[in-house]
Amino acid sequence: MDLAVRCHDLRKRYGDVVAVDGLSLDVRRGECFGLLGPNGAGKTTTIEILEGLLAPDGGEVEVLGFRWDTHERELRQRLGIQLQETQFTDKLTVEETIRLFRSFYDRGKTIDELLSIVELESKRRSWVVKLSGGQRQRLSVACALVGDPDLLFLDEPTTGLDPQARRQLWEVLGRYRASGGSVLITTHYMDEAQVLCDRVAIVDHGRVIAEGSPKDLITSLAAPKVIVQEGTLEDVFMSLTGRHLRDD
Amino acid sequence: MRKTVKGSDPVGPVSRGGAFHPLVELTLARLREFVREPEAIFWTFFFPIVLSIAMAIAFPASGSTPVRVGVEPGPASEPLRQALSGSKDITIRDVSAADELRALRDGEVHLIVVPSTPPAYRFDPAREESRVARLVVDEALKRAGGRPEPWTAREDRIAVPGSRYVDWLVPAIISLGIMNNGIWSIGFMTVTARLRKLLKRLAASPMKKSEFLMAPMLSRLVFLGPEVAVPLAFVAIAFGTPIRGSIVNIAAIAVLGAFAFGSIGLLVGSRARTFEAASGLMNATTVPMWVLSGVFFSSSNFPDAVQPVIQALPLTALVDAMRGVILEGATLAGVWDEIAILSAWTLVPFVIALRIFKWR
Repeated sequence: MDLAVRCHDLRKRYGDVVAVDGLSLDVRRGECFGLLGPNGAGKTTTIEILEGLLAPDGGEVEVLGFRWDTHERELRQRLGIQLQETQFTDKLTVEETIRLFRSFYDRGKTIDELLSIVELESKRRSWVVKLSGGQRQRLSVACALVGDPDLLFLDEPTTGLDPQARRQLWEVLGRYRASGGSVLITTHYMDEAQVLCDRVAIVDHGRVIAEGSPKDLITSLAAPKVIVQEGTLEDVFMSLTGRHLRDD
Repeated sequence: MRKTVKGSDPVGPVSRGGAFHPLVELTLARLREFVREPEAIFWTFFFPIVLSIAMAIAFPASGSTPVRVGVEPGPASEPLRQALSGSKDITIRDVSAADELRALRDGEVHLIVVPSTPPAYRFDPAREESRVARLVVDEALKRAGGRPEPWTAREDRIAVPGSRYVDWLVPAIISLGIMNNGIWSIGFMTVTARLRKLLKRLAASPMKKSEFLMAPMLSRLVFLGPEVAVPLAFVAIAFGTPIRGSIVNIAAIAVLGAFAFGSIGLLVGSRARTFEAASGLMNATTVPMWVLSGVFFSSSNFPDAVQPVIQALPLTALVDAMRGVILEGATLAGVWDEIAILSAWTLVPFVIALRIFKWR
């Protein structure tokens, strides 16, 4: 099978804290794969290892068929990466920020195309500091899409956004997926995973505790519910761990 | 599915979708960030002018400053006053006996004359002005006391533009600006980008790290012209400071100085994670050079043993080269040693910064 990401028995610890504890997963070409789990489950550590930003203590990683230690240059050109908490320069405009990132790539979309994909044409001359949270996240995604990536990594892209801003971002991802790209996304919003992902892996304490399509997981694992209401991935997590995904 | 690209050469011509070469875009980003901070503009252009004016007032361009001599108030010191008041090189101040030490310490007076026979001088011989005051006062008193002069030397008093303190100071203040703007602006922008996780995001892109580090140095060049020309033009017009070297040579030295301090700024900001840590490092780098590099007083005041260290400092090299080309009209060959030192300070910190730079 042609895989966008293959990772096997990944391990990473920070001092005494084990962040990733023998995690394995495969992302197929063209699919949207979700990493689900509560804060501190090891999602961000895992995705940063796959992005080549952290070195694992053990395990194997192949991305688009390449390994990081031998093909970093090729991989950087072909991946789109959105990180948690990146703050772009306050006093650059949206267009200037996208231009800067576009200049690093040997091929990809034009700046106008990118502005239109993330629906920021009207904000092209606004300083980053003036953007709303949702607009900033769409700018971040635009900067991840500049090189026409084969694989897009998104680390909690909708955390803290209001429902409308989340839906706008989902639409942007829908447009990217329609062009055939693969996505690996982390989230702790179950409804988001149900809408976006073809398959999900539920991560807890640094390992995968369940994997499959959202629908299959719900059918097999969600506790029986009142007839009128369908089970959700939240119920799947509850039945696996006895805990809620978020403590709110 | 897309064709797999093997090897490092991109397939087909590079297209940047309307953007320029990454080095140009990175440099433009730095420039935009800089010009959109009004404070930065003030420090770059007005600070050297303000400092030059202040210096010109404190150290007048022509004539000598009278020495300030403290004398106890009261009738006992009246003969002293009379003897001293004949000299226009002496300013007399009333200083009570209880206040003498404070007045000397604060530089309010350079010397105290105690009325006795013969009079006593109270001063700190470690202070140059006090030693001068002693000679001036001694001569005035002895002359008033009727000392016969064996002979009187003819005095050729000169005030040549270029040899005054203000002239000597200006190239150094311009150099100081190049140092401060290089180290502080580059150091702070780097730490800001690290704190905002922007460095981490850039490291996740195919951006070449060496280009990222070169961009702030190139962006410095754009403002270097006005940064050097504005204060230089100001003192040339206001004080008649001669500019004897060619503009090309002055520009070449300024560029090299900007590169050296840009490179040092990158090294200073290469690992700091907080503004406090960065400020500490930048002060530790710049403050010793303010003192040692002969900006406000000649570095030959320091002992011979430390001279090799002082001469190897980048600010010493820049100040000496600037004075050479501006005041003496030296050619680049004439300041070759300084050029070699500044080149080393450009290359070595840059290479180290590239290796130890923290992107997260």
